[in-house]
Amino acid sequence: MTSALNPKYSFDTFVVGAANRLAVTAGRTVAENPGAAYNPLFIYSGSGLGKTHLLMAVGHAAKKAAPALNIEYLTLDEYVEAFHAAIAAGQGDAFRRRFQNVDVLLVDDVQFLTNRKEMQSELLRLTEALQVGGHQIVLTSDRPPPEIADLDERLISRLSGGLVVDIGAPDYETRVAILRRKAEERGAKFEPGVLETVAGAESGNVRELMGALNRLVAFQAVNDRSINAETAKQLLGIGSEGADGGKAAAREGAGPGARGPGDEFGDFLADVTVTLGKAVEAWRARVGEAVLRWEGEGYRTRRLEALLERDTPSAVDEVIASFTQDVERLKELEAEVAELDPQAAGQSVFRDPERLGEAEEVATKVRDGAAPPPGPSAAFPLAAYAVGPSNEVAVGAARAVLKQPGKKYNPLVLVGKSGLGKTHLLNAIGLELARGKRAVVACLSTQAFVDELIAAIDGDRVDWWRARYRRATALLLDDIHLIAGKERTQEELFNLFNLLQDKERQLVFTAPAQPHALPGLEERIASRLAGGLVAEITEPDREVKRSVLERLLGQQNASPDPALVDYLADRPAESVRGLVGELQRVVGAAAAQDGPLTAGLAREVLEGQAPRDSRRSAGFRTSGIVVSSLGGIKSREKIVWDWSDVADRVIEEFR
Amino acid sequence: MSLVNFTTREITCKIVYYGPGRSGKTSNLHYIYGRVPDSRRGRLVSLATQTDRTLFFDFLPIDLGQISGFSTRFQLYTVPGQVYYNATRRLVLQGADGVVFVGDSQARQLDENLESLQNLQSNLLEHGVDIRTIPLVLQYNKQDLPRELILSAADLDDALNFRGVPSFSADALHGKGVFETLKGISELVLKKLAAGTAA
Repeated sequence: MTSALNPKYSFDTFVVGAANRLAVTAGRTVAENPGAAYNPLFIYSGSGLGKTHLLMAVGHAAKKAAPALNIEYLTLDEYVEAFHAAIAAGQGDAFRRRFQNVDVLLVDDVQFLTNRKEMQSELLRLTEALQVGGHQIVLTSDRPPPEIADLDERLISRLSGGLVVDIGAPDYETRVAILRRKAEERGAKFEPGVLETVAGAESGNVRELMGALNRLVAFQAVNDRSINAETAKQLLGIGSEGADGGKAAAREGAGPGARGPGDEFGDFLADVTVTLGKAVEAWRARVGEAVLRWEGEGYRTRRLEALLERDTPSAVDEVIASFTQDVERLKELEAEVAELDPQAAGQSVFRDPERLGEAEEVATKVRDGAAPPPGPSAAFPLAAYAVGPSNEVAVGAARAVLKQPGKKYNPLVLVGKSGLGKTHLLNAIGLELARGKRAVVACLSTQAFVDELIAAIDGDRVDWWRARYRRATALLLDDIHLIAGKERTQEELFNLFNLLQDKERQLVFTAPAQPHALPGLEERIASRLAGGLVAEITEPDREVKRSVLERLLGQQNASPDPALVDYLADRPAESVRGLVGELQRVVGAAAAQDGPLTAGLAREVLEGQAPRDSRRSAGFRTSGIVVSSLGGIKSREKIVWDWSDVADRVIEEFR
Repeated sequence: MSLVNFTTREITCKIVYYGPGRSGKTSNLHYIYGRVPDSRRGRLVSLATQTDRTLFFDFLPIDLGQISGFSTRFQLYTVPGQVYYNATRRLVLQGADGVVFVGDSQARQLDENLESLQNLQSNLLEHGVDIRTIPLVLQYNKQDLPRELILSAADLDDALNFRGVPSFSADALHGKGVFETLKGISELVLKKLAAGTAA
């Protein structure tokens, strides 16, 4: 964006003459003490008299004097281009900051500010900021500030406020000196009188002088002979006086507008000019500033721009205020939507205050439509959870959690072997928590959690996935040990964990063992799990078993046989699930026999005693082994998986 | 009428010189006319009777040229001061951006001044304009007359300037205070423009 300083353009290579001595002195002073003297320094001259050279020379000298200085050289067009690019990228503020931190700003060709109101106010702002910060600004133009057409009065006064110097056309001696210097630089030698002839040709422009020199150098090189003064004259078409004499340095010195005859009217005019200037410009500046500011932040500013086109701009400040209010609302909506669905937040409606209504609709849609994370299963109500000494710690903790979610035990980790009812309790907590107002309870198995993340990564929707869980008021993960070895999920869970815990949202996990005993779990996760309450659920006690049996039998038929319940509850069972399995076998057997559910039947089924009136005819013999048909076929899988102890298995196998 | 036209970038200010008969409204315009360069002024339209009394109104357009990118024009009007020309006064007053009330400093004219001021208020009200919101300045003309005949500016302020608007002493015939008054009203009119609200 910024042009590099051309190393050839330094003070050393700048030929000083009467016409440019003041400008060079001012430039040197500024380079030695940036920001201290003559700020801004405004150099103007006709084309080809060394403005750019001098400007870069200031840059070089300043850099040489203080290498740490941040020096920027650029033409106005580059500045405008950069500004527009920054605005387009929504980086208007960054752009401003960038230039406000420049120690020496060198801007070339500012005459192109004509008809660029917004750049004028931007440059005005920048100049003010730089001056306030004690930074140097040097500008060049082909005419003095008041003569730049259509230039904001404030900018004129600002630019003229430092030192305005011009570079005049070089005099004859200077022209000769320049030609000698340049010829030397090119290693070209001329016969005496040649350069003087060129210099004598009334050229007011150093660039044209260089052009003439170039032609001589080229001619000499091609023809391999040195030219004399006469040839040079012919070559350059000098001699016929006035051929292009008046062309150069035709700068009209248009003075300030002549004052009218009546001084009183002149005073009046000046007075009105000042008042009107203040009035109109203040008004325009306010709108312009608002446009720039919001455009810089990437918002559409049609409403404000329309203000400039209206005949009677009424209530400008109110319009700006309401516009600002709308933008603030858009910001709020965008932030809200960003949390729910980052992709939806990128929509252009959030950048256009004229479409605030649409933006509200989008936000509502996102608010309603954001897929909530999976919730707890309704199959596990807390009321159905059997409580006994073996799990009363866990249940007590669960109740405490329900009383004060996120505050008392966070996280709560339910630990126990498989089949002890951890999942039930987890879902039951989830169901209870979900009753709360505006509660979003994420309750799912760790495996599902991992699968969702993988799908999100696959669909490039990780942000959406994260947002979904960040909304949750509680996160309940079943079988957290399944996260072992899944690095990315652990990472995500870690962040989510911290976020939710910070916001005092409840976290509940289940695991088969104490967190630190779980293999493949990162230390940071394990320690966080252990940091809450780890409640253990042990093998079901008689009380738990009884209530489970009563509930299950109650579902089967109205009056469970107390003897049966006693029998089953007294049998050792490692887990509730095992107990349920046994019961199912008994129920299956009863169903096969079309008989009642009794303790006797249970004993027969579970301990291998032949039922009294089993239908032997249904059985058959093979190799002397009797295969019971008492539901054995029916629930083959159950039998295979649910043998609760070795004794049962042996009996079955050897039957 | 629109004071500022941002599309054509024009500003037109209509300023009406109001006051009782023979208070010196037309003198103000004549003096201004004499001080504005030819290129800047239009024709001073004056419809006067044989005895130099304003019959309808005077009209002086002044072109101030480009100011802040706006081509700026002032239109100065006077109203006939005589009581019986009220319809004309009301007509001229229509769409005024600012009013200069030219009062006659002669002590015996005080009642006329007050009457004219009340007339101004009611005529403005006919156009739906509150005198408290329109830019208004007072000019106490004929301050060059012998002391015993006139009221001082301070006295006139007490009597007429109960709204506390800017007031100027003047001798319109010789030009004293004329441009001060014009500056004063222009400033008020243009400042109103600054507020972004057109009258």
